[in-house]
Amino acid sequence: MSGFLVNASLISLLTLIAILALRLHRLFAVVMLSGAFSLVAATLFVVLDAVDVAFTEAAVGAGISSILALATLSLVPAEEKPHSIAFVPAFLALATAAMLAIAVTDLPAFGDVNAPIHNHVAPEFIKGSADDIGIPNVVTSVLASYRGYDTLGETVVIFTAAIAVLLVLGGYTRPHRRKEKRRKNGEDKDAR
Amino acid sequence: MTSLAGQWNYFLVIALMMIGFYAVIARGNMVKKMVGLTIFQTSVFMLYISMGKVTNGTAPILTGADIADGAQTLYANPLPHVLILTAIVVGVATTAVGYALIIRVYESYGTIEDDDLIKMIEAEEEDEDKIGEAPSA
Repeated sequence: MSGFLVNASLISLLTLIAILALRLHRLFAVVMLSGAFSLVAATLFVVLDAVDVAFTEAAVGAGISSILALATLSLVPAEEKPHSIAFVPAFLALATAAMLAIAVTDLPAFGDVNAPIHNHVAPEFIKGSADDIGIPNVVTSVLASYRGYDTLGETVVIFTAAIAVLLVLGGYTRPHRRKEKRRKNGEDKDAR
Repeated sequence: MTSLAGQWNYFLVIALMMIGFYAVIARGNMVKKMVGLTIFQTSVFMLYISMGKVTNGTAPILTGADIADGAQTLYANPLPHVLILTAIVVGVATTAVGYALIIRVYESYGTIEDDDLIKMIEAEEEDEDKIGEAPSA
């Protein structure tokens, strides 16, 4: 019961933050609220016994994401155009929520020890972590050893993203734009 | 129906997820769309982490006693945790690409509201059509 109260209050806080972020027009406040959302989410992850996920979320979700968003805000307008409630998207979201809720009723109960997810490979990993790898933190041994190739794939994704950002914002794709600007300025001067 | 009460955590997380989903599809401002996407994404992480939770369990870090005589303590399932660790990092990488594209769109069109952007692109296309028609007429 206490677990229910803690989780429910944390998720209510998250809902409040999310609704505020949805309604505010000043994007600086929206970005800060998104950082707060990540920090509260990290707290929820600690309650759910996922400590590694919690500190990654706090460092990457609240830290790096906010920095990226703030860097973007320094280059684009920080005010959103006013808007009203959009009914078609609201209906779509409600319909999706209804479908997900129906699907979720088929899941085993929250925290159930006998759920299928806990009875196949997970016990092997918990047992093997000490014997095979010798690292007490099971998440680390699965991440770096049992599923090492997944982590290698992850670094490939990050590398690809870094290349994409460089291509989009880097100088190589822009010389024609600079020339265009110079031409325009030149024309303006001629007109005067 | 007894199981319905057991899944309360999932229902709460779905409500949160849909706020993010609504922000992504309903809001025209691109920065707000990205924030909505972050909220959506983090809620999906919560759904996965909830599945790994074991009642009366603890974080999957072996205590010294267990290393000596096998797993006796009840641990949370480490697999969803590993999956979501990867997903968080990949999520930030894709977010970075999204913000880079927003900056580029603003440089090219001077707006980050998608309805204004659609109007500008349609106007541009009409201009191109006119230029195309002119010599033949």
